[in-house]
Amino acid sequence: MSTAQVATLPVPPQLPARGLRLEAPVSLALPLAIFFVAFVLVPFMLLAFVSLHEDNGLKTMGFAQYIKFFGDSFNLSVLGDTLLLGLKVTLLTILIGYPLAYLYVNAPARWQTLLMLLILLPLLTSSVVRTFAWVVILGRQGIINTLLLDLGWVDAPLKLLYTPGAVTVALAQIELPLMVLPLITSLMNVDPNLRQASLSLGAGHWRTFMQVTVPLSVPGLLAGSLLVFASAVSAFVTQTLVGGGQQIFMPFYMYQQAIQANEYPFAAAIAMVLLLCVLVIVTVINAIGRRSKGFVHA
Amino acid sequence: MNRTEARSAVAVRLDGVTHRYGDSLAVDGVDLEIAPGELVALLGPSGCGKTTLLRIVAGLIAQTGGSVRVGGEPVDRLPPNERGAGIVFQNYALFPHMTVRENVGYGLRARRVARDEIARRVDEMLELVRMSAFATRYPRELSGGQQQRVALARTLAVRPRLLLLDEPFAALDKNLRLDMQIEIRRIQRELGITTLIVTHDQEEAMSMADRIAVMNAGVLEQFDAPETLYDRPATLFVAGFVGTANLIKGRLAGAPGSFVFTDEPGTSRIEIPRAGPCSRSGPVVFAARPEHLDLTQDLVRDNGRTEGIPVRVEMVLPLGPSLVYELSRRDGSGMKVVVPRGHDGPRLQVGDQVFARVRPGAPISFFSA
Repeated sequence: MSTAQVATLPVPPQLPARGLRLEAPVSLALPLAIFFVAFVLVPFMLLAFVSLHEDNGLKTMGFAQYIKFFGDSFNLSVLGDTLLLGLKVTLLTILIGYPLAYLYVNAPARWQTLLMLLILLPLLTSSVVRTFAWVVILGRQGIINTLLLDLGWVDAPLKLLYTPGAVTVALAQIELPLMVLPLITSLMNVDPNLRQASLSLGAGHWRTFMQVTVPLSVPGLLAGSLLVFASAVSAFVTQTLVGGGQQIFMPFYMYQQAIQANEYPFAAAIAMVLLLCVLVIVTVINAIGRRSKGFVHA
Repeated sequence: MNRTEARSAVAVRLDGVTHRYGDSLAVDGVDLEIAPGELVALLGPSGCGKTTLLRIVAGLIAQTGGSVRVGGEPVDRLPPNERGAGIVFQNYALFPHMTVRENVGYGLRARRVARDEIARRVDEMLELVRMSAFATRYPRELSGGQQQRVALARTLAVRPRLLLLDEPFAALDKNLRLDMQIEIRRIQRELGITTLIVTHDQEEAMSMADRIAVMNAGVLEQFDAPETLYDRPATLFVAGFVGTANLIKGRLAGAPGSFVFTDEPGTSRIEIPRAGPCSRSGPVVFAARPEHLDLTQDLVRDNGRTEGIPVRVEMVLPLGPSLVYELSRRDGSGMKVVVPRGHDGPRLQVGDQVFARVRPGAPISFFSA
C-alpha cells in the first residue's frame, strides 16, 4: 500500500469550455417547429383572420361575426350545450374511470396486463368505428331494443339513439382511456405506506381513501379531465352520429355554417369562440393542477 | 403541562410467530416476551424478517402462524387501528398534502376526538418533539430529522400502547442520527411506552435498547441485554454480527480443570478455564473480541508448541485511547486486537512476529463447527 501512487493518477483531459455548441440541440427542434408553424400556427392565424371579416367575400374587416354570435340566444345555447356536454362526459368518465384505475393499481401483476389491454382497447380502434358500435347497440333494431322486446319487457322499441344521454354515454366510453391512464399514473405514485399509516392511525378504509388517496391523485384527475373535456366538446363524429342532429353542438354548427350555408367568416368565429372557451377552462384546470402537484412530489 | 401522564405500560408476547411469502419462510417460529416500558431492538441483516415481524405486530401483515398478544390479550384478529400499536415508517409516510399540524391531528380526527381536545393534544405533541415552530409547514419544507419528529408526534398523538419504529434512523445523516437516538430514548422514557425498534445497525441497537433480539434468516438467534449479547453470544451468527469478533477454526479438548483449544494446523494452543456455549470436545470455532486478546513477544514454549496464536503485525492504528493492531495469521487470515495505550510493553512495529493470547478472565466463546 503505497500512498505515492495517488500522485501518479492520470489527470483527466481538459474538457472543452461549456456553451460552445449550445445551438446544436436547439436546431434539432427545427423540423418540429416548422411543422408546428405550418400546420397549427398558420391555420390558426388564418382562422382568426377569416373570422374578423364582416362579409362572405372577405372584403370588409370587423367584429360583426362575433357581435352576431353573442347577439343571438340560439348561438349561446349551442355553446352552453356543448360546454355542458363536455362537463357531463368528464364527470361520467371520472365516475367510471376512477374505480377502474383504482382496481388496476391494486390488482395483482398478472391481472394488470389483462386490465391494461381492456383499458387501451377503445384507443386501438378508430373513433368512427366505436361510434358506429354505439349506433348498433342503441338503434331501434339495436342490441338493447331487440333484447328488451324479446324479453317482453317493452312493447315498442325505446328511443335510445339520438338522445343527449346517448351522446354523453357514447363519448364517455370513447374518451375513458384518456381519463384512466393519467389516473393510473398518479395513483401509482401514492406511497402505499401512506395508506398503511392512515389505517394504523385509526382511520377506516373509506376515510383513508377520501383523505389520502383521492387528494394525492388530483393531478391525474385534472390531467384526465383536461383531455376528456377538450376531446368531448370537439368530437364531431360521435356528437353528430349518436346525437343525430337532434341537438346541435359547436363542431356540427361550424360544419353546417361553413359547408352547408357557406358562411365561412361566421363558422370561423364559432371556431374561435369554442377555442377560447376551451383555452380558458384548460388554463384554470392547469392552475389548480400546479398547486396540487407540489404535494405529490414532496 | 401533564405530558408525562402515565400511559398504561403494556407487555408484548409473541408465540411461535411464523410468516411465509409464497414458498419462502420470512419469519420462523419467533417467541418473544417484551416487558412493560421496555425498549427492544429487532436487529438483523436486511432480509432477516425483522421488518415483517414488526408489521405483523402492527397488524399490517396477517401472520401465517403463531399469535401476538398485547397487554395480555390476543390481537391477531384485530385491525391495525384497534391494536393500540403506533408505527413510524422508515420513510416517515407523512401526508404530503397536509401541514405538520394536520398530520399530527390526523389520527385524532379519525377517532372523532373533539376539536379543542385535538388542538390541545396536537400542541402538546409538537412541544414534546420540539416542533411547535413548524406547525404550519408542509412536510416537503422540513429536513429529514424534522420529518421524523413529526412522524413520531403523529404516531404518539393517538396514545398508542405500543410504539413501533421501522429503521428510524436509516435516512438520517450520522450527526443527526445520534441526536434523534437520544431524542427518541428521551421521549420513550418520558412516556414509559413499550417500544420495538427495527434496525440493521448494531451500534444503534446497542446504544438504545434495553434488550436486543437478534434475527437471522427468519429465526430469533438470541434475545438478551446488549452487554450479554456482546460478551456471551449464543450463536456463531450473533458473535459475528454484533461487534467485531476474531473467528478461528480448530479443535476443543477437555483437560482436567481446563480446556485446550488447538487451531487448525495444530501449531498453536490456547488454554482456558471455561468453555461455552459449546464445551464438547471436537471441532469448534473460537470467537474472541479484539479487546479480549492481548499480544506478547515472549515465546512460551510447551512441548514444542506455542502458547498463543502466532501472528504478524500488518498495521498499527492509534485510535485515541487505544491501539488497533491489524494482524495476519500463518494461513493468511486476518485478526484484530485492540490494546489500551499506555499498556506496559513496547509498541509493536509492522512486521513484528508476535503471539495473540486470551486476556485473563476475558469471555471467549466456542461454537461447535
